[in-house]
Amino acid sequence: MSSYLVQRLLLLIPTFIGVTLIGFSVMHLAPGDPAELRAAGGLGGAREGAISRNKQGSVDEALSQWRKQYGLDRPLPIQYAVWLHNLATLNFGDSFKDNQPVWQKISERIPVTVKLNVLSILLVYVVAIPLGIYSATHPNSFGDKATTLIAFVLFAVPLIWAATMAIVFICGGDFLYLFPPAGLESLEYSSAWPLWRKFTDQAWHLFLPVVMLSYDGFAGLSRYMRASMLEVMGQDFVQMARAKGLPARVVIFKHVLRNSLIPQVTILASILPGLIGGSVIIETIFSIPGLGQLGYESVLARDYPTVMALFTVSALLTLLGILISDLLLALVDPRIAFGRRQQ
Amino acid sequence: MTSTISNSAAAATTDKNSRAGIEAAGGLWSDVWRRFRRNRVALAGFYVVCFLAVIALFADFIANDKPYYLEYRGKVYFPIFRSYLVGMGLGHWPAELVNVNFKKLEAAKAIFPPNPYRPSNINLLEPLESPSGKHWFGTDKLGRDVASGMIHGSRISLSIGFVAVGIAVIIGVMLGAIAGYFGSWVDLMVSRLFEIMLSIPTFFLLITVAALLPPSIFLTMAIIGMTSWVGMARFTRNEFLRIRNLDYVTSAIALGVTDRKVMYKHILPNALAPVIVSVVLGIAGAILVESSLSFLGLGVPAELVTWGSILHEASTTTFAWWLAVFPGFAIFITVLAYYLVGEGLREVLDPRLRGLR
Repeated sequence: MSSYLVQRLLLLIPTFIGVTLIGFSVMHLAPGDPAELRAAGGLGGAREGAISRNKQGSVDEALSQWRKQYGLDRPLPIQYAVWLHNLATLNFGDSFKDNQPVWQKISERIPVTVKLNVLSILLVYVVAIPLGIYSATHPNSFGDKATTLIAFVLFAVPLIWAATMAIVFICGGDFLYLFPPAGLESLEYSSAWPLWRKFTDQAWHLFLPVVMLSYDGFAGLSRYMRASMLEVMGQDFVQMARAKGLPARVVIFKHVLRNSLIPQVTILASILPGLIGGSVIIETIFSIPGLGQLGYESVLARDYPTVMALFTVSALLTLLGILISDLLLALVDPRIAFGRRQQ
Repeated sequence: MTSTISNSAAAATTDKNSRAGIEAAGGLWSDVWRRFRRNRVALAGFYVVCFLAVIALFADFIANDKPYYLEYRGKVYFPIFRSYLVGMGLGHWPAELVNVNFKKLEAAKAIFPPNPYRPSNINLLEPLESPSGKHWFGTDKLGRDVASGMIHGSRISLSIGFVAVGIAVIIGVMLGAIAGYFGSWVDLMVSRLFEIMLSIPTFFLLITVAALLPPSIFLTMAIIGMTSWVGMARFTRNEFLRIRNLDYVTSAIALGVTDRKVMYKHILPNALAPVIVSVVLGIAGAILVESSLSFLGLGVPAELVTWGSILHEASTTTFAWWLAVFPGFAIFITVLAYYLVGEGLREVLDPRLRGLR
């Protein structure tokens, strides 16, 4: 197990370098560098002083000075190496927008996004696994077909539509006011509140975003669960268990369920990247101060260091998700050895 | 890895279709069509897809501020047709019709399309009107007709879907074919690339590129295509790996057929089934991504009305429910139709593949 872990970790390195290299080149090969943007007044932050100084000197001089300040005067490979070197110390540089350290801005927001995503993954599993069990134990019944159809239709509902409909109809516009349209806590939220009140307030605010992030995952997972259970049910040891007279309930929950849960952990790896993309939309729509909203704002402001840092962090989260699900798989199914990984 | 899922899920399914009986006359595709038709839900999806294609194709004839037929000052014109000619540089507008508002021509006899607006017709006197006989789906902040915007927006959605997936297919099939055919270290390298692409936060990369580059439909198509080929490449690779070891391929190689010919003439036609399914699903994916991008105000130019951009307006003017309901439903129905067709095709074409993504 530990050698497997080490091998997996080592394999992460080339992948990680590849991912960041792509992100880095995209950002630096795009037309218009930050220095030009800053000269054009496209950047906020410390602009005031810089521009007034700029009035005396020539624009070109200021440009080359800024390029030097941002390290943009060096060749791209060296810029990348410098960036990697800084990454090792979690130094993502300062934001172009407000000159705050990027890492500080990000670390403030990580808990929010992680909370949202962990809750949605939990919700996906809590809803989809029982659905899958029901479908597999009642194959081709009306209930099976109906749940499959509903899950499938939900899968096709665009996130932006669902969220907009929620905002328009149930978040206190001209229609119902069941849920708050924005934020993570009420305006009058205070840490002096009793625990249950804090909890209900948070749950009330988190409900819609979490549901929005998870509903399209029900279809995939419940169908995998169904297929996996049906596969196990067809195997000899299940027939044996039935033949020796075990009650159906015991067969299903003790023998079938345990064996068919194994592949489900790997779904985690395929859900995660979608969740990170979804966070951008959901956090923007519901004004939730998480990584997604920060990403959207930084992209619009062309805040390169922040964008690059966010790109890296979400790539790391995705890689971590894949790694965790692989390790879980190896943990629950000892037959999976690194060398014999099927492709 | 995720590939183990598809393997185990594939093994899970026992399917009656695996016979793949290609019966006598007509060949594979008529057989596919015959069996596809039996699945009524998928067939319904197929009709919706055709319906949307017709709307996109004839958008100018369904929603247009120019009439089909115009009698003006004793002369007969067909302004919509003429606008095509003018657009192609083959004709020009007569002096009395240059930049006129056709609805305000006096003493003119005209037959207008059912929806007599173009999405670009701004009418500041009718902002945010709710649906009525005049404006089927209401108007937006600038008084533009929402129905017209949606009809013309279907062109943007569908063309982005098709072109983006076309790009993805070219990249994906080429890389997958090379990896699966040559195997060994080539496969190792290309598979590493797949892993990298799978770990990239695609949507984040998309909004970054869309924000950095000037807004343009073609760039949006290109970047969606370039970030969505991994699935197809993996399917192609797996099929090539399997087929490469079949006897007929070995004998083709033994006969001295060139690599390229073996790959594209002998293996590819047999490896296309799962790729076709992922093409159909990919179109739905690209339409979703495009609508999300234009919802965020990225990708397509701001003055262009798309399904996503109308939805965006709904999220800021929350009393205008018609801005939320109709365009969102259009995206939903389109995506659902493509999914249904894709699922139907999957059942007919490739019984070994299961699962939604």
